[in-house]
Amino acid sequence: MYPNEVELQWSVLIVLYPFITGLVAGAFILASLERVFRVDAVKPTYRLALLTALAFLLVAPLPLQLHLGHPERSLEMYLTPHRSSAMAMFGFVYLWYLMAVLLLQIWLDYRRDIVVKSQTTTGVTRLIYRVLTLGSSNISERSLHIDERLGYFITVIGIPSAFLLHGYVGFIFGSVKANPWWSSPLMPIVFIFSAMVSGIAAVMLLYMVTTRLRGKEIDIRCLDAIAQYLFYVFVIDFSLEMLDLLQRIYEADESFRSLDFMVHTRLWVSQVIIQILLGTVTPILLLGLTQVVSLTGTIRKRIYTLAGCLTVIGIFAMRWNVVIGGQLFSKSFLGYTTYKMAFATREGLLTAIALMLLPFPILWVLVKLLPPWPDAGSVPASGATPARGTS
Amino acid sequence: MDITRRRLLILLPAAAVAWKYVQAGTPEAAPNYKMTEHWWAMLMDIPKCIGCGSCVRACAEENDVPEGYYRTWIERYHVDDWKIERPEVESPNGGKQGFPPNEIGGKNFFVPKLCNHCAESPCTQVCPVGATFVTPDGVVLVDKSYCLGCRYCVQACPYGCRFINPKTNTAEKCTLCYHRITKGLTTACCEVCPTGARQLADLKNPKDPIHEFLRTHTVQVLKPHMATGAKVFYNGMDGSVR
Amino acid sequence: MAIAVVAFVVLRAAVVPRSFGQYGHYRGDAIAEIAARPVAFAGHDTCEACHTDVVEQKKQGKHVVVPCEACHGAQAKHADDPASVKPAKLDTAVVCARCHEANSAKPKDFPQVATADHSGGLACDTCHQPHRPKIETAAETKRAKEGKK
Repeated sequence: MYPNEVELQWSVLIVLYPFITGLVAGAFILASLERVFRVDAVKPTYRLALLTALAFLLVAPLPLQLHLGHPERSLEMYLTPHRSSAMAMFGFVYLWYLMAVLLLQIWLDYRRDIVVKSQTTTGVTRLIYRVLTLGSSNISERSLHIDERLGYFITVIGIPSAFLLHGYVGFIFGSVKANPWWSSPLMPIVFIFSAMVSGIAAVMLLYMVTTRLRGKEIDIRCLDAIAQYLFYVFVIDFSLEMLDLLQRIYEADESFRSLDFMVHTRLWVSQVIIQILLGTVTPILLLGLTQVVSLTGTIRKRIYTLAGCLTVIGIFAMRWNVVIGGQLFSKSFLGYTTYKMAFATREGLLTAIALMLLPFPILWVLVKLLPPWPDAGSVPASGATPARGTS
Repeated sequence: MDITRRRLLILLPAAAVAWKYVQAGTPEAAPNYKMTEHWWAMLMDIPKCIGCGSCVRACAEENDVPEGYYRTWIERYHVDDWKIERPEVESPNGGKQGFPPNEIGGKNFFVPKLCNHCAESPCTQVCPVGATFVTPDGVVLVDKSYCLGCRYCVQACPYGCRFINPKTNTAEKCTLCYHRITKGLTTACCEVCPTGARQLADLKNPKDPIHEFLRTHTVQVLKPHMATGAKVFYNGMDGSVR
Repeated sequence: MAIAVVAFVVLRAAVVPRSFGQYGHYRGDAIAEIAARPVAFAGHDTCEACHTDVVEQKKQGKHVVVPCEACHGAQAKHADDPASVKPAKLDTAVVCARCHEANSAKPKDFPQVATADHSGGLACDTCHQPHRPKIETAAETKRAKEGKK
């Protein structure tokens, strides 16, 4: 153990960060399924997915800020970015994604509703909607058609941008040659696919929860479609992770003995039990079951709920194993340390929990302001199929 | 005021002198120290190291290194016969108070370590803001008034020589006693080494004994497969050293 | 959009330190700031300028290669103001043992002893003079002195 290695550098907050941006990227990909690939079945979740992505993306910088030794200097990353640093360049990727893709996309999709609301509501609400219109109140057929085309175009750019957003996080880890647990060209790919898995599962769960809370009927056809995509992406994700693992075991390079011992001891529960068995294999089997066996809607919903929850937990465990796991062993391959997570400090468990919960009130505000429901409450966008009726 | 010829005759030279100062920018460390004339490195002579810990203590005193963190440290290796890939290594408090006496067989030796001041430093590559950098004379430094404390550089260093100073919350590491070497002194660790196991070297100085030494001895750098351009050269280093 | 770009450029010009980029992608002033740190160890050349008697003694023995501050600690303050800042008296039992306590990892040809057996608890300077550590017979000392003349 090199003497300076005893203390871990990146805490649970840095575990949270890729988890949150993963949810963002995954949610956006799900939304793009409808927009670009015209998968009508998932339409009920389209707007919800976009708002979910936004709620999480707004929270994403917070764990980073709280982790920095000098958060007041963080503007330096935009003022004097070091072009060879993946972290610096990521600041711009994040900004691009937030401003040019997500916000613009949401604005364009909701523009008609915003304009209508700015004319029909009163008081403070009216003011808010008027600001949101950004001065444009033209909702003619032609104008809406332009919105539609622009929205399509942005989604097309948005898909690689979402991949870039989270792939970059993978690259930040994967490009560190000093750390053999991280250093791998597969890292950005694995991150992207696990992001998609977590994002799709999260939106699926949110859709089920919010629909129930609103007392409406869950669109089972929509759920089936989402679950199917979740299954396919999961299979790819699992294959990638197993490929990485098998190759490591087979090649057994200098770092292998040390890493192997670490997985068998310190990461046994979080990696083998939680991430692989409970968080990947079980959901795949469950979802696979719904694909091959004919089950009733109720059972399917229960399976989807269970699979979704396990998936989200499993992907969180994956982030934990990558970030924390990568710091538990010594770069000399001769020693290990322990992560002592504090509770009520700036980088402690309490902060992590608070940050994980924060997107939900934000989502609640967004949902109140810009209702994503395909049924009563919002005016359907032009060119869309008629809103699904309630039962 | 009126620009008379007389006034101009006084103003112009004054302006010229002032301009020279403006152009000079920040005054350098010592009046006759030119960064471009030096390319700093260090030589470690393993067969001479006695693990006394003087270097670790001197560094801590010279540079106010916080307790529990190490800008330089010593490792004691024990290699059993042919098991060169599985040495037993220890570094009690970085070797600051020396090493407890022991009586074991096999091959045993000390290895002092510090920042390698890599010419192709991976830590400066990853710094998002340019707070850590390689100077024109080959020393890797940290600008603690610019550092964000993101810890990416600590992750990127393959040698484990960086840490975050708990008082300043910025990255910190060996500066090769930059404040000493620019004044013609040697580093604190080299100064106090009683056996001459540590020697500062200037690769750009043709008269520096390191050139002859490198020609006539078997030397290595740590982790050459990382291709960091490390500039700390180890004479007589065993293959088991990690 | 254009306003944002202009605002960014203005902000950047105002906030980024002047010397940034002077030698590379970093704040050029940092180099001078780091170099301006005060020195704690004076360096043996400085000690030897005044303590010539000790230099002569050391030249006669193996400790000629040992720098003064290796044992005496940082003495820059003393070098700056010799009259008021005096170095602390050393405890030889501690200082000598750091180098000379037997350890399997020390080079075989390096003089080392198990101090408990060697001196039975006596301080090292009971028998050894630290600047000229070899214990000589009276005849050897005489010969050495005559040799020097």
